[in-house]
Amino acid sequence: MTKNIERLFNGIIKENPTFVLMLGMCPTLAVTSSASNGLGMGLTTTAVLIMSNFVISAMRNIIPTKVRIPAFIVIVATLVTMVQLLLQAYIPALNDSLGIYIPLIVVNCIILGRAESYASKNGPINSIFDGIGMGLGFTLGLTSIGIFRELIGNGAIFGHTISFIADYKIGIFTAAPGAFFVLAALTALQNKFKAPCATNKPGKSEIACGGNCGSCSGDTCKGNKDLIEAEQIAAQAEKVRLAKEAAAAKAKAKAEAEAKAAAEAEANK
Amino acid sequence: MKTLILLIITTSLVNNVVLSQFLGLCPFLGVSKKTSTAAGMGGAVIFVITIASAATSLINTFILEKLNVTFLQTIVFILVIATLVQLVEMFLKKSSPALYNSLGVFLPLITTNCAVLGTALTNVQNSYGVLESTIAGLGTAVGFFISIVIMAGVREKIEYNDVSESFKGSPIVLITAGLMAIAFYGFASLSF
Repeated sequence: MTKNIERLFNGIIKENPTFVLMLGMCPTLAVTSSASNGLGMGLTTTAVLIMSNFVISAMRNIIPTKVRIPAFIVIVATLVTMVQLLLQAYIPALNDSLGIYIPLIVVNCIILGRAESYASKNGPINSIFDGIGMGLGFTLGLTSIGIFRELIGNGAIFGHTISFIADYKIGIFTAAPGAFFVLAALTALQNKFKAPCATNKPGKSEIACGGNCGSCSGDTCKGNKDLIEAEQIAAQAEKVRLAKEAAAAKAKAKAEAEAKAAAEAEANK
Repeated sequence: MKTLILLIITTSLVNNVVLSQFLGLCPFLGVSKKTSTAAGMGGAVIFVITIASAATSLINTFILEKLNVTFLQTIVFILVIATLVQLVEMFLKKSSPALYNSLGVFLPLITTNCAVLGTALTNVQNSYGVLESTIAGLGTAVGFFISIVIMAGVREKIEYNDVSESFKGSPIVLITAGLMAIAFYGFASLSF
């Protein structure tokens, strides 16, 4: 139980997908023009994430490792289609305002990321809680950015106009450029206070980008590929060497055993 | 002919895929440090999105709609795109190593690029035919190419600027993107 609560805390605060991991930037920027859109998108993603974590975790022993990514994508795409049909039937207004970004949940890196890094290694119950935590963290991020943009750009929160702010509203913040400015201000604040975040984490590993895909560029990618390949070759060589040693040791042991048996036979004679 | 030219202008400039639709932000922010790599990425995106738009549109018109299973669009499209990128990569590696060397690194990155799936789905939503879809895909990709190359050019200049400590790195890039978005916002007033 404590592990489940830890998962919730981890998703909402410690590894918040929007503020700390900086994943799923496309929907973060695109749908946060108002607080209710952000909330709707966050909850839709949460629903998909909980179900995909559960299904993938339950099937983790059946899916062969080599084809796991295509299998995950098919599972996620199926769940997204289900959620999309449900939204069309029961909340058509939300479906219209989010539009194309609902099917695009399939390529949201949070979902595949959690499938790969958590659900494929842990039990279904823990994975559900991981999904709830990450989903709520994402919802929190989207809703707060949405509230901020709606308040400055439209002088309203969740559609309720606040008259003294509405007189000074800056319309561009609800439009496309505003999204970039808000995110820029957010990352600048994180840099300023050295908050833990994907954009100012020093690379720990040997790999040039430190495993941070957000700041990875094409040539870093190529360099990393070479590094990883070199590592793999080294690991392979090490494996072969160990196997050889083991085989040698085995042969030696066998020879010794034979010699011993022979000696015993000699003694018995 | 006129409608097709208008379609290219609309998809590449007015509804720019990055700056007004927010699709494909990851490569836009990640692979825009140097103009040469940005152009390589843009080229690969033009290649993939155009082919993927044509393929998904063909599949949608001649298989999904005929069988009345359009609800499978998302699943079918993502699989088709992933397979297509693999095929294109293998084909290029074999047939044109020069092109592969300049675009090859970026091809695997494009599979999960939401711009490709986004374009395919937008084409379906707007009920474009096969030719229109291909042209719209080309236009969208050209829009991506334009914005990522401009972005890389600006970023090369920013390197020499004195940026305040907190804004170094991604914040200044996002501010640049915002200013570019304002510029592209101007195209919205074009009416045909």
